[in-house]
Amino acid sequence: MEQKGKELKVSAIENGTVLDHIPADQLFKVINILDLQHSPHPITFGTNLDSKMLGKKAIIKISGKFFKDEELNRVALVAPSANVNIIRNYEVVEKRKIAIPEIIEGIAKCSNPKCVTNHQKIKTIFTVITHNGATKLHCHYCEKETPIENVEVNSML
Amino acid sequence: MPKSLISIHDFSKEEILHILDIAADFEKNPNQPILQGKVIATLFFEPSTRTRLSFETASNRLGARIIGFSDAGNTSVSKGESLKDTIKMVSNYVDLIVIRHPLEGSSRYASEVASVPVINAGDGANQHPSQTLLDLYTIRQTQGRLDNINIDMVGDLKYGRTVHSLLQALSLFDAPQFTFTAPEELSMPNEYKEFLKERGIPYHETTELSYGLNQADILYMTRVQQERFSDPMEYEKVKNCYSLTASMLDEAKPNMKILHPLPRITEIAQDVDDTPFAYYFKQAKNGMFVRMAIISYLLGYR
Repeated sequence: MEQKGKELKVSAIENGTVLDHIPADQLFKVINILDLQHSPHPITFGTNLDSKMLGKKAIIKISGKFFKDEELNRVALVAPSANVNIIRNYEVVEKRKIAIPEIIEGIAKCSNPKCVTNHQKIKTIFTVITHNGATKLHCHYCEKETPIENVEVNSML
Repeated sequence: MPKSLISIHDFSKEEILHILDIAADFEKNPNQPILQGKVIATLFFEPSTRTRLSFETASNRLGARIIGFSDAGNTSVSKGESLKDTIKMVSNYVDLIVIRHPLEGSSRYASEVASVPVINAGDGANQHPSQTLLDLYTIRQTQGRLDNINIDMVGDLKYGRTVHSLLQALSLFDAPQFTFTAPEELSMPNEYKEFLKERGIPYHETTELSYGLNQADILYMTRVQQERFSDPMEYEKVKNCYSLTASMLDEAKPNMKILHPLPRITEIAQDVDDTPFAYYFKQAKNGMFVRMAIISYLLGYR
């Protein structure tokens, strides 16, 4: 980490992926979704950083790691505001918003306590539906809908 | 994966009409042992005598043999066997599985692990598609059509899965008109009203049983269950408001028929049974023909 004036900056990486604009309170969920606790790559986290957009934001830098789109898009479940920066040779070669996938498998928990996926070892499957500006997850099994902001992320991946 | 029937959405309008046509043929000739030598499992993880007997009679009339259980209590499920393992094992033995389970989505999951067709005979509050098909069959039988049906749904419209599925199924046909008669605590959920709005299908909501009664082709009564109310006084009030008696039917359309998924408790007085409007017992009988049709269709015989 380097001090620049009074601002704390997270050091730049040579090659890899930077996830920015993560709501601070969602950082550990994002870590979980990307399974970073089992990653061998050098990783830098910053959280509770000031953000005009979010108030407090978090940032993750993963050196030497490039994710597949479908891996990154799962982050949309907990941090729809997040940005992805692909870094090569200290340059941002690609910058984009993450996109909510059409189908979400295995990471979200169905909010219906009577859904079979909450009682048996079954990988959840949801279809993402957007209606009147609200995004909901439709459970493939119990056919119930959960607003995306109420979705719990499965701890066991 | 073999074709299963888990949700009413699994069948197209054409398939629904095909099932109703086969059922009409079975009603003319109820004993057609086309499934001789076949074995059907009825796996009832929660008791439902009416539905089980209907499926088992349907299987018997088709000449198939039956294995199964009527309650999960004395099976290996009580030893902790997973649903997956139970279904895998049973699908080794039989040609088709009928499943009833208290957990929502369990039948969909069963159809994904089974190597044979699966019929959902009720998964919690979610789906019970053979009920919806027998309702459609009965509506067509009594009105001669499925288009342009005026239906008054009465009772528990909040939790009643039969009314939700029937609403969606009728929306496949032309110009249905709905009246929803329910106490406020049990009114039709917004998602179903949105579903109708998106399709431009008209509906009226009321708490009065007399409203909409005289315009209806079909009066679809459901049971208001005491356990849905937090206040027992409120239940007593509602119970009496939604009790249909013969004297209330003086102005009903002559073609009007009363349907009810049964069991009925107090919502239809016994004196209604003797009016020409009562059709709920015939409706239950139709269930058998419709289940014969579903079984033979899924096994590729019709």
